[in-house]
Amino acid sequence: MTGYDNIQLDKQGRLKHFLTIEGLSQQLLLDILDYAESFASVGDRAVKKVPLLRGKTIVNLFFEPSTRTSTTFELAAKRLSADILNLNMATSSTSKGESLLDTLRTLEAMHSDMFIVRHASSGAAHFIANHVAPHISVINDGDGQHSHPTQAMLDMFTIRKHKKTFDTLRVAIVGDILHSRVARSNIHALKILGVNEVRVIGPKTLIPRDIETMGVSVYDTLEDGLKNVDVVIMLRLQKERMITASIPSEYEYFNRYGLTQEKLKVAKEDAIVMHPGPINRGIEIDSTIADSEQSVILQQVSNGIAIRMAVMAMAMGSNSESSNY
Amino acid sequence: MDYTEINKLLDEMADRIRDMINENKISDPLIIGIHTGGYWIASQLQQRLAGDIPLGELNIAFYRDDFSRIGMHPHVSPSNLPFSIEDKHIILVDDVLHTGRTIRAAMNEIFDYGRPTTITLAVLIERSGHELPIKADITGKTLALKQGEHAKLLGPEPLALEIKITV
Amino acid sequence: MTRIRIENGRILDPHSGRDSSGEICIDNGTILSANDSTMDFTADITINAKDHWICPGIVDLSARFGKSGQAIKKTFSTEATAAASAGVTSVCCPPDTHPIIDSSTAVEILLKSATDSGQVRINPIGALTQGLKGDRLAEMFTLKTAGCIAVSNANQPLANYEILRRAMEYAASSDLTVFFHPEDYSLRNYGVVNEGALSTRLGLPPIPEIAETVAVSAALLIAEQSGAKIHFCRISTARAVDMIRQAKQLGLPVTADVDICHLYLTELDVDCYNSNCHLIPPLRSLHDKDILIQGIAEGVIDAVCSDHRLLSIDSKIAPFSQTEPGASTIEFLLPLMLDLANRGKLSLLDAVEKITTNPAKILNLPFGRIEPGSKADIIIINPDISWTAQGQQLISGSKCTPFEGWELQGKVSHTILDGELIFQYK
Repeated sequence: MTGYDNIQLDKQGRLKHFLTIEGLSQQLLLDILDYAESFASVGDRAVKKVPLLRGKTIVNLFFEPSTRTSTTFELAAKRLSADILNLNMATSSTSKGESLLDTLRTLEAMHSDMFIVRHASSGAAHFIANHVAPHISVINDGDGQHSHPTQAMLDMFTIRKHKKTFDTLRVAIVGDILHSRVARSNIHALKILGVNEVRVIGPKTLIPRDIETMGVSVYDTLEDGLKNVDVVIMLRLQKERMITASIPSEYEYFNRYGLTQEKLKVAKEDAIVMHPGPINRGIEIDSTIADSEQSVILQQVSNGIAIRMAVMAMAMGSNSESSNY
Repeated sequence: MDYTEINKLLDEMADRIRDMINENKISDPLIIGIHTGGYWIASQLQQRLAGDIPLGELNIAFYRDDFSRIGMHPHVSPSNLPFSIEDKHIILVDDVLHTGRTIRAAMNEIFDYGRPTTITLAVLIERSGHELPIKADITGKTLALKQGEHAKLLGPEPLALEIKITV
Repeated sequence: MTRIRIENGRILDPHSGRDSSGEICIDNGTILSANDSTMDFTADITINAKDHWICPGIVDLSARFGKSGQAIKKTFSTEATAAASAGVTSVCCPPDTHPIIDSSTAVEILLKSATDSGQVRINPIGALTQGLKGDRLAEMFTLKTAGCIAVSNANQPLANYEILRRAMEYAASSDLTVFFHPEDYSLRNYGVVNEGALSTRLGLPPIPEIAETVAVSAALLIAEQSGAKIHFCRISTARAVDMIRQAKQLGLPVTADVDICHLYLTELDVDCYNSNCHLIPPLRSLHDKDILIQGIAEGVIDAVCSDHRLLSIDSKIAPFSQTEPGASTIEFLLPLMLDLANRGKLSLLDAVEKITTNPAKILNLPFGRIEPGSKADIIIINPDISWTAQGQQLISGSKCTPFEGWELQGKVSHTILDGELIFQYK
């Protein structure tokens, strides 16, 4: 067991930092989903804002180039009426040798209330949370290969919308599990929410050692792994995997692990197909599936805004003097 | 205050609302009740009024002014306004009008949905302790309460009003 | 030269197998006698070692007294003082200092720093390849003449097996032992922790066990072919222990050491990204640790070293993969070895042997023993002092240690180097 649960929760057990799914209770994950439900309706109104975080400053710190999720966090922050600052650290003073700690101190001096961090090193969000001033909350937008908790929650939100309950589900995660923080966070979330079975499917070169200890079963082929699954989560394949001798070619990868109508046949008829995006058509997933009724990929994107609003509101709320609980 | 007395007040309020609608020749009014007690009162009023007036529920959780002090409430059911409020006459209903902050939050939220023509405020109980310049247009009963005393509506069935004392 | 008498102590000399009370007389840097009874001898200093233990000075097979990238002269003196307080009288310095020990000038700088400080004997390990770059042989014979007692490529990779073969042959022909750090660079693949359930959970780049075992296997075969004496530095896997046992059974001139951290810590200590446990080689599994301890007790692993590294606190305050590996360990070597004996993992004499007699044997140097005629490098230990490990209180300039907060027992009360009393515990 890790010490994460200690650092993520405040003395009253409320979410203060959102760094990893590991160590959080089932109730807390369900609360996040419920809050997101309320925030989702905000997006349907004419004025898509609520004044909940007005006057708060949220800093989006990306130490890793990112397009999608930083925009989603920005959108979510604006819907909560917070002020948001985007800092691309790769081009700023940290790359000039300023230590990470000094960067944090400078930002704190600018009266920030929350940091959203995306970093190439596993454990970076944890490190930052351990070193920031006590009133600041840290949200992990992805640290190395370790954790991407908001992605996992929006995936759970999407699953709940379609499947209603978790306990009977068989979920398969397909692709480069080894390098995927999304996979790890999803595995934790699915286990905590009590799904029936979690499977990982991929070439041996992309399955991490001893992953069975996380409570998953490992399959080599889609033909075996997708039998009777309710949810298929496809992961992105990065181009450099061929350079690092993990797979021979995209062509062969698609043949063996690419999701097609044919391969999906063995899954349940009402199985849903998910992907954290951006998708590589013809490599992880073929266009017919990506554009089909079974694909909920676009819904994942819009659900992402509600989840991020929920997590930001909860973490910011932990800085209040007393509890409404 | 038990439900017989409340029923009497509700009848009176419904009468006054009916009069107001007729005097001003309002053709499609809307009733919006503030979660939770206000909504119970609002549905009681809607039942007493003819014409099946559309009813909505407003949850002001995201518009409160005390987030910094008390944080998020664990369960927020979303507001449900199944109609457009643009250019409409709204009857806003709450159970107890005390400081006025709830009404302030409610109006801010309503204006984020659109621009109503009028808002008429109807409350079951108006009590002492206003902190903002907000008064009800239609009041069931006025109560003078001391500091530390709180009026709370219990419900939804049967409705009852309780005076609690917090130390 | 000071005349010293040490009386009433319990003498522990693994070389002769002695564990008995006695008296030691020192003059002119040499041990005159180590009898059971009192000698007629007028001493300048008399030390009453009642309830204390008397051991040979510790011979540490690996300690770095310089920070990476910084001239070793700057920090040498503080580290040497730390060594003296820890009872370490002889230290082997790996070649990856600044400057790299691939020239006689670099050796001279090191030796001069040692004589200037007067606090420790330094045994430089020369480079195996020039600049430690792994492709051209270093001038090993010149380095030996200048004072190097072995050669090594430290933790730097060699270009290919051909180079390893030639380097070993050349070292053999210069009668130098090759101190080999077994790590296959390509299998290591930018990893930072042991490959397994923990690396998977934490998402940290892994170093598989085979990175070490493949290198051990290749080195054993090549050493056999080349006739070189090989010493394996910092074994960390159970499998490597097996391979070394087999090699010894075949009669090959192989020795091995392990560092003190690997006898106490495992990959589980890395949990929560504890950068104080970021080490080279990485901390491995519980099973590996147990087999390493067994290997020492059995004698398959000959020695234990500190592998002390000089690191600034800043180098440990960063996300895990970005921190520098290593720890400040020299002041923990003795108490932790004594603790192993206390817990019954090996006898007290054996525990002392692993850090005195055996390392000296590996280096083929006349230290690590208490016998008339040998150099007077002696330490007196108070085994009853309890203390708490605190990084900030260490004498070493390197304050980052994975043993922060540990309750330890045993401290050096006196250190005698070359017949001079250089340290006394207050």
